[in-house]
Formats: sequence, structure tokens, C-alpha cells
Amino acid sequence: MGGYPILTAIIFTPLIGALLVLLTPARRPELARAVGMMASMATLGFAALLVWKFHTNFGGFQFTEHNRWFDSLGVGYIVGVDGFSLFMVLATAVLFPIGLLASAKMDERVKAYTFWFLMLEGAILGIFLSLDLIAFFVFWEAMLVPMYFLIAGWGSSNRKYAATKFFVYTAAGSAFLLAAAIALAFLHQSATGVLTFDYRVLANWTVSRSGLSTTTEYWLFFGFMAAFAIKLPLVPFHTWLPDVHTEAPTAGSVVLAGVILKLGAYGILRFAFGLFPHASVKFAPLFITLGVIGIVYGSIVAAMQKDAKRVIAYSSVAHMGFIVIGIFSLTVFGLDGASFTMVSHPLTTGALFLVIGMLYERRHTRQIDAFGGIWKSAPRLTALFLIATFAGIGLPAFSGFVGEFLSLLGTFAAHRWWAVVATTGVILGAVYMLWMFQRVFTGVPEGENATLADANGRELLVVVPLLALSLFIGLYPKPVLDRVEPTVKCVMRNFEQHADVVRPAADRMDLNGAKGCS
Amino acid sequence: MMARDLLDLVWLVPLLPLAGAVVLLFAGKRIGDPKAGWLATGLMGLAFVWSVVMLIALLALPGEARSHVSNVFTWLSAGNLHVKLGFLADPLSVTWILLVTGVGSLIHLYAIGYMHGDERFSRFFAYFNLFATAMLVLVLASSFLLTFLGWEGVGLCSYLLIGFWFERKRASSASVKAFVTNRVGDFGFMIAMFFIVGALGSLDYTAMAHGAGGLSKSTATAIALLLFLACIGKSAQIGLHVWLPDAMEGPTPVSALIHAATMVTAGVYLVCRAHPFFERSGVAMDVVAVVGALTALIAGTVALVQPDIKRVLAYSTVSQLGYMFLAAGVGAYSIAVFFVLAHAFYKAALFLGSGTVIHGTEETQDLRRMGGLRKYMPFTAAGFGIAWFTIAGLPPFSGFWAKDGVLAAAFYDHSYFVWAIGLLAALLTGFYMTRETILVFGGNERFRPSPAVEGTDGAAEHNEHAAVEHDITASPTVDYGMPVAPAHMSHDPHEGSPTMIFPVVVLAGLAMIAGVLELPFSGLEFLSKWLEPTFKGIKSPEPTSFLSGFGLSMLAVAVGVTGIVIAFRLYRRGLEDPEVDPVDAKLGGLGRVFGHAWYYDEGIAAMVGGPLRRSAQWLADVFDQKVLDGGVNGVARIFGAAGVGMRKLQTGLVRQYALGIAVGMVALLIWVFWRVGVA
Repeated sequence: MGGYPILTAIIFTPLIGALLVLLTPARRPELARAVGMMASMATLGFAALLVWKFHTNFGGFQFTEHNRWFDSLGVGYIVGVDGFSLFMVLATAVLFPIGLLASAKMDERVKAYTFWFLMLEGAILGIFLSLDLIAFFVFWEAMLVPMYFLIAGWGSSNRKYAATKFFVYTAAGSAFLLAAAIALAFLHQSATGVLTFDYRVLANWTVSRSGLSTTTEYWLFFGFMAAFAIKLPLVPFHTWLPDVHTEAPTAGSVVLAGVILKLGAYGILRFAFGLFPHASVKFAPLFITLGVIGIVYGSIVAAMQKDAKRVIAYSSVAHMGFIVIGIFSLTVFGLDGASFTMVSHPLTTGALFLVIGMLYERRHTRQIDAFGGIWKSAPRLTALFLIATFAGIGLPAFSGFVGEFLSLLGTFAAHRWWAVVATTGVILGAVYMLWMFQRVFTGVPEGENATLADANGRELLVVVPLLALSLFIGLYPKPVLDRVEPTVKCVMRNFEQHADVVRPAADRMDLNGAKGCS
Repeated sequence: MMARDLLDLVWLVPLLPLAGAVVLLFAGKRIGDPKAGWLATGLMGLAFVWSVVMLIALLALPGEARSHVSNVFTWLSAGNLHVKLGFLADPLSVTWILLVTGVGSLIHLYAIGYMHGDERFSRFFAYFNLFATAMLVLVLASSFLLTFLGWEGVGLCSYLLIGFWFERKRASSASVKAFVTNRVGDFGFMIAMFFIVGALGSLDYTAMAHGAGGLSKSTATAIALLLFLACIGKSAQIGLHVWLPDAMEGPTPVSALIHAATMVTAGVYLVCRAHPFFERSGVAMDVVAVVGALTALIAGTVALVQPDIKRVLAYSTVSQLGYMFLAAGVGAYSIAVFFVLAHAFYKAALFLGSGTVIHGTEETQDLRRMGGLRKYMPFTAAGFGIAWFTIAGLPPFSGFWAKDGVLAAAFYDHSYFVWAIGLLAALLTGFYMTRETILVFGGNERFRPSPAVEGTDGAAEHNEHAAVEHDITASPTVDYGMPVAPAHMSHDPHEGSPTMIFPVVVLAGLAMIAGVLELPFSGLEFLSKWLEPTFKGIKSPEPTSFLSGFGLSMLAVAVGVTGIVIAFRLYRRGLEDPEVDPVDAKLGGLGRVFGHAWYYDEGIAAMVGGPLRRSAQWLADVFDQKVLDGGVNGVARIFGAAGVGMRKLQTGLVRQYALGIAVGMVALLIWVFWRVGVA
């Protein structure tokens, strides 16, 4: 399709940009910035073109490219995009230029910073677009390195601890992923004589009659899920997240909450579901339970945090809970809702982190207690935060609501009582966010808070697009859902054909219309 | 066809205030005080005119055809659920938009004077217009989901306007409390929608009209009760009423528009709109009636002894909302709507009147520091007085017909229990409104400072009290039992400006005559007939004979008059000593229970602020940090002890360590590839 390698262009534009940044002289940081901005904007341009050209009503992979790489190892360079990855690519491409723009005041080793930032973008895009398990894994691990250096190099006081914790914890998870992937390929080889890491081939084989035995499938499923559960993160594997968020530079937090957390959910949708449908159906109740716990637990703990960034970090745990229950509800509604939340959460949480970053630049603290009355001294900044708050807690008309509503709707159809408990998340979300808002922004400002500078043009430019997008897709989710739902239907059809999924009555709809399923 | 073409443009009604909100949010400062207010008011006026056009267009259609849906675009389409951004114009929704835009315009007009000089004048009107938009969407929506959008939108605006003076801790706490409490109700709304999708496959009201009758009783009951939970939150019924009294922290026009005339009646609207579920259930109707009746009574008792002018009105609103649900619960939907209209007129007049009083007495809200104000603000006193007669149920004002309609419906529905409670609440209404009216406008003048009282510890305690209100978990704002605020008036009280007098007088006038909308004589029940297409086939309970109906009415009037007379005897001369309120002496310990709103609010606050908060703190500080995170770090330390060295964290060699992992990972990969190659 298409004929031009647009996905390769998307992955490699930031990587090439990173190399070009290396060529700029260290004494001219503005050059590094300019190159970084151009590379990430070009990537955004390609991503926008991809969304434009993307065929709706088609559930399978589009714009696939298949090049030989390590033939003898069965490793190929295979990229493709479908409804699940499309908007993750777009979200990544949107957040990176915004992250660079938000870092405009950061003038410490700009060249290295920009370099790592672009490397990170390329790696993340590679993860979303790779259809070869080894290529996927390489990008998955490669992403950790720039992230490590960004946190360790430009983070706050306890950054080394946080960077290492992030690296070690997630790398530990991915060791299971690698082992399971390799085992899967070997099993496939011993059964068919062909060594390949091509996801599409392996998925076709695992669901077939001659595929994996039940026990093996369960083991491999949990191997993959170990990596994804940590990355999501699922409670109780979440404790790295608040530490990393607190220490990471603002742009790092934006990217972390915006897209890196989505990698786990994406991995489940793409690999766990595609490769191990029986196990996915079998263990869905377990993950629904963990998701519900994440929502309630994350919200309660968020309310008690004293650092504004930690509040948002724990709120992300809760939001990921909504994604997980939507995914494991194994319903069209739920999967639509989860995919939609994956698009919405980067926008709202990104905006929140950006505004907190702006407060930090002004006051060099994120302690909630240190603030108060900011609404009076910085009304524009406050307006940004307020809108992001309500967009995030699921006020209808904003994107958060559409995702939450569909996730819960799907979950309710499949597991009524879990959904009832999960829906308390909409109450708790209001509690922790509005309480923080009250403490930071209302009251009479004193001391430094009274003279806080309001948002300038650049800062508005950084946040407003995110909020505008959230409002737009909240009022008109059709462009997103039209592109996501065909893939969702393919996944559901796959479950129906190959695993004994019980589809609840409320969600029983015709899946035959789903075109292009592999 | 002409009429339907016009009805297709019903979306203009919410669009007009929306345009105002957008313009004022972005350019309000430049437009300035008072022009911003006039712009907002003008757009509301236009919306009212357009609503009247909608009324005429609907009237031009034959009765059974008076329901028109105009779709703008598909909002949410997932799976087999398709929700349109569509507006439904039918007698019920058009009645409500007339109310919202009509009363809304008057209160907007009033606010121009009331908010004059406020540093955020234009932002106030931006929020006000945004509120009107959300409220209009709520009632015009053609589906539950779009109603929910409006429902949450009015919640947002309520939050913004209660906390409008965000510098005040009490205001910001009250705003958070309002939103969070409402979210408890919204939880019910959302789950009700999940049920409806499962049961009907659609959230459209037309699907409900066709499908609700065929549902099982248990499903219908679940849906109805969950929707009613949402109504309990939004309309401040017993259990979730705690936010409304605190909401009085907002500017008084907000209290009048949002927390009396319109938003809080959204629950009544929802019950009326979703009546097929309630009718199918049956049990749910009884729950609505009983909750409504109990609310009417309990809130009435609390209103008896409150020392704050707005707090009396707030509890009165809660109580009156109870009457509306009582009516809906016995199947008298048109009477409920009639009550909503009458209440909107007289309660808005009362709130605006109290706003003028507060405005004219240098922000005095303590009833014990008022008295004799009719001399200084005659027009306001007249308007307030008429509204007082109306709410007390004196014929022939609208309040009489409305309350009488509710009680008669309960009686002839054989719901004698709720009827008796409603009757008792009427006694309380007569009492507390008379007490308030006399304490404000009659009796002795108590607002002038006497030199001896100056600088007593009363003021100090006041401040201390304010300082305690620090966060949402500890903010029961109970005024009862607080020392009398020091009198601080340096001038005589003054009457409001013409833009403030006019709305009060108009609303009082409407309250007087609104009874003609629905007179309980055959042929004169205009509202019931107009709403008939919405409530097809539902028979309101009717008097069995003229005589029994008349007797009931006279009984209700007698009860109301009794309340008035008792209050009149106690307060005729005002308060001899502001510190001593005769009602306290008469009620004794019961007065304290009433004053503290039965300790419900304080109990919840103590629970949330105490054990709940401590548990959450434990979860965050001990369980999350020590157990879960400690476990993770513990595992790392075990490996560290084995030689890899998490210990090096502290020694600054992290970078090498991380690189080591990266190198190790690559080495592992190479090894794997090599092995595979060999195999």
C-alpha cells in the first residue's frame, strides 16, 4: 500500500535528526534546538500524513514494509501500522516537539539533551511500528537508554536513584519478554522448520490447531505480560513510576506518562492478544481485578501525595487501570474505550505535567504546601491547569470521558460488579484532582506566590494544542474511533474464532463487517 | 412544516449563551464592567425570545405530534451504540428552556448591579452564560448521554461559581464539596446508562419510550434507582444534600439561578424525563416519594433555627425540592413541573431579595444583625414579602396551588404517610419563612454598632473558625451556635439599584400569578394539558369530589397559617437581645440537633477527616512506600548483595552500572543469535 516507505520515514527521521544534532557545535545550543525541532516537526508531518492516508474500515496492517535483515536468524525489518498503533504514533509525534518546546528554558548541555530526546522518539516509534519480535525488543530496550540518560542527566535531586530504578525494573521485566519471544520462535521452528520472528507468521501459527499447548501458551503469555505489566504499570508493580516522574525533567515526564506508559497496553493489544488468545481470555478476570485495584488504589494514594508530580503519577496508575479493564473486558466497547483512553491520556496528563513544570521553573519546588492562591497571580496558567484537570477527570465534552465511558461500558457488560467498583474512580478522581487544585491555586497568594509570572506565549503554545485536541476528540471522537474500531473488531473476531470468548449480550454485534483482518 | 423547520433550529437556544461565554472568556476584560454583563444578559434575553418561538412552533403542531428531534452530528459511535448530538423539543423540554432563559435573563440582569465593581466581573458572566448553555443542553438533549454532558457541565459551572471568590477558603472548600458530592450521584447516572445500553441498546429517549415498558421489573427498578441517585446528588435530597447549604458561599445571583431556580431542579427534570423506567418499576416511585417527603421535613426542621439569611433559604430550597420529588413519586409529574416553575419564581425572588439585603448592609448575612430594613429598602421588602406569602402557601398565590396540588396528589394516591409528612413540612415552611422575613425586614434595628459590643471575642472566634476550615476533609460549615457577628454598619442600609429591584419585583409578580398555569378546576389545568404528550397515558391522582379537595386545601392553608402565626408571635418585635433567639429556647436540645443539621454533615466530615483519611495516609505512606516499594528495593538489594550492587546507587557509579546492563543485554542478544545460528 502507498508505495513509499512512510513508516520507515517516521522511525528514522528523529534518529537522523539525532545524528545531525551531534554534528552541531556545542557552543551553539540554538542550532541543536533548531535541528531537534525540525526533525520532530518533520516526524509530526509524516505522522499526520499517515493518519490522513490511513484507510478507515480496514482492520489489518497497512503501509507494511518487509525487508530482509538477519535472514539466518529469522529476523526481519518488518513494520506496519493498524488501528492500535496509528494514534500512538501520532501521540508520540505530537508530544515530542511539545516536549522540546517546553524545554526551551533548559540550557544545560542542550546538545546532548536534544540528542537523547530524539533518540527516544525514534525508539518509541520503532516499538509501535515493528512487527518483528526481535526488532520490537531491540527498540523496547533501546528506549531505556536515552530515557536513562535524560533522567540521570537532567533530572532533580534524587535522579540517579530514579534513573537506575527505572532502568533495572523495566529491564528485569523485559528479560522475561525476550526469553518468551525466543522460546516462541524456537517452538515454531521445531514445529514447522521455519525460524522467524515475524509476528504475523507466529500469530497465525499459535492460534492454529497445531500451535502451542495450553500450558506452554500460559507460560509464554506471562513472560510477555511481565514486561507489559511493569511498563503499564499495574499495581503492585507501579512503585517505580512516582519516583521516576518526580525526578525526570518536565519533557521526560510528559513523554513518560504520555506514551511510554502506553507501551505496556499496546504490547498487550498487539502481542499478548494476537499470540496468546486462549491465555488472554483465560486470565482476563485476573487482569480486570488488577485494573480495578489500580483505579481505586491509585486514586486513594494519589490524594495523599504531597508532591504535585506524584499526584499526577498515581493518577496515571488509576488511568492505566481504566485502560486495562477496557482491554480485558474483551468487548468492542471496552477495547474502543481503552484505545481511546490511550489517545486521550497523553493529551490531558501531558498538559498537567507541563503546567506543573512551569510552576517548578518559577518556584523550584513541587510541594503542594508551598503553593496557594496562584489563580490570583497567574490566571492564565491556572486556566490551563483547570481545563486539563477537568479534561482528565472525565468531564464530558473532553476526551477523557469518551475513553472512560466506553471502557466502563464494556467492563460492565462483561463483569458488572467490577465495573461498579471501577466507576467509583470517577468520584475519587474528582477528589484528588480538585483537592490539589484547591491547595495550589485557590486562597490568597503570599510571598513568591503573589508575584508569580503568568504563562507567556511560548507556554501557551505548548499546552493549548493538547487541550484543544482533547476537546476536539471529546466532542468529535469519530476520526479516532473510525480508525480504531476495525482493528478492535479483528481482535474480537480472532478471539471468537480461536478462543472460547463469551461475548456479553450488550456487546454482541456483527463482526463480519471487519475487513482486512489478518 | 413551517413549525418543524423552526424546531430544527432549537440548538440556537443553547448556542446563544455559549457564544457569550466564549466571547467573555477571551475578551471579557476588554469589554469590561458593566458592558460584559449587558452582553451576557442580552444573549440570555435572545435565547428567551427564541425559546418563545420554539413554544409557538410546538403549539402549532397537533398535540400528539409535539415532539421533534433535530440532530446536529453523530457524537459518539462505538460498536452498536450510536449517540447523536441531538436536541429534543417537546412540551417538557420547552417548558424548562423557557424557565431557564426567562428566569435566567432576570437573574443575569440583577447580577449586573450585584457584581458591579468585582475585579472578575466579566469572568462571572462568562461562567453564568456557560452555565445557561450546559443547563439548556441538559434539558434539550435527545439522549441520556447528552443530558449527562449538560449534567456535568452545570456541575462544572456550579463548582466555578461557588468558588468564584476563590480567595476565601470557605468558598473553595464548598466548591470542591459540591462537585465531589455531585459526582457520587453521577456515579449512579453512569451505571444507569450502562444498564440502559445493555437493556435497550440505545441511550436515546425515543428508544426509552418504546422499550422501557418491556423491561423486567428488576431491571427497570435498578435503572430508575440509579438515576434517582443522580437526582439525589444534583437536587440535594437527603443523604447527598450536604453540598447545597455550603454552596451559599457563591455570589447570591448564583444561589438564585443555580442553587434555587434551575440547576437543582435538574433532578426533577430527569425523573420526569425518565418516567417510563419509574412507572415500569413502581417500587422506585415509592422510593422517590418517600425520599422527597423526608427531605421536605428534615430540611424544614434545619431551616427553623439557622442564623444566616442565605442558609435558611438554602435549607428551604432543599425542603421545597423534596415536595417536587414527592409529587413525581406519586405520579403527579405535571404538578411536579408546576411546582418547579412556581418555586423558581418565588425562590429566585427571595434569593435576589436577600442579595439586595446583603449588598445594602455591607455584607451582613447574620439575621440577628438585621431588622427593620423595610424602611430602607421598600421595594425589595415588598418583593420579598410577596414571595414569603407565596412560599408559605397562602391563596391565591402560586405557592398555594403548587403545594396544594402536591398534597392532594399524595392524598388521592393513598400515600397518606408522605401526605402527612408533607403537611407537617408546610407548618415548618410557614414558620421559618416568617421568622426570616420578620428578622430581616420587621422588628427592631440590630445592625448599628453599639460602642460596648465593639471588639468582643465574638470577632476573634469568627476568625478562628475561618482558619480551621482548611481543607475539604474538615469543612462542615455550620453557622448555628456561632456568636453573633459584630455589627459593623457605618451607614444606613440602602436599597439596590433599579436593575436589582426590577428582577425581584417581576419575579414576585410572577410568583403571585403563576397559579393560573395550573388551576385544579377542569378546563383550567393548562400545564397538565400542555405536558400531556410527554406523560402520555399517565393519570395524575385526582380528587374524588370537590368537597374533599376543598377540605384538603383548607387544611393545608390552616397548617401553613399556623406556622406563620407561631413565628409572628415569637418574632413580632424582632430580637430584644441578638444573642438570644427565642426559637432556641422553645426547642431546647432539639434546636441544637436541628441547628447542626442533625449532625449528619459534621459526622461525615469527622469520618472523612478522621479514620478514612488516616487509612488513606497509611496506604500511601506505609503500604505503598514501605511494603510494595520496600519489597521491590529489597529484591534489588538481595541481588546487590550477590554482587551486582544496587549498593552502588549511593556511590555514584550508576552510570557504569546502567551501561553494564546495556552491554550485558547486548551480549545476551549476541549469544542468542549465535546459538540460534548454530542450531
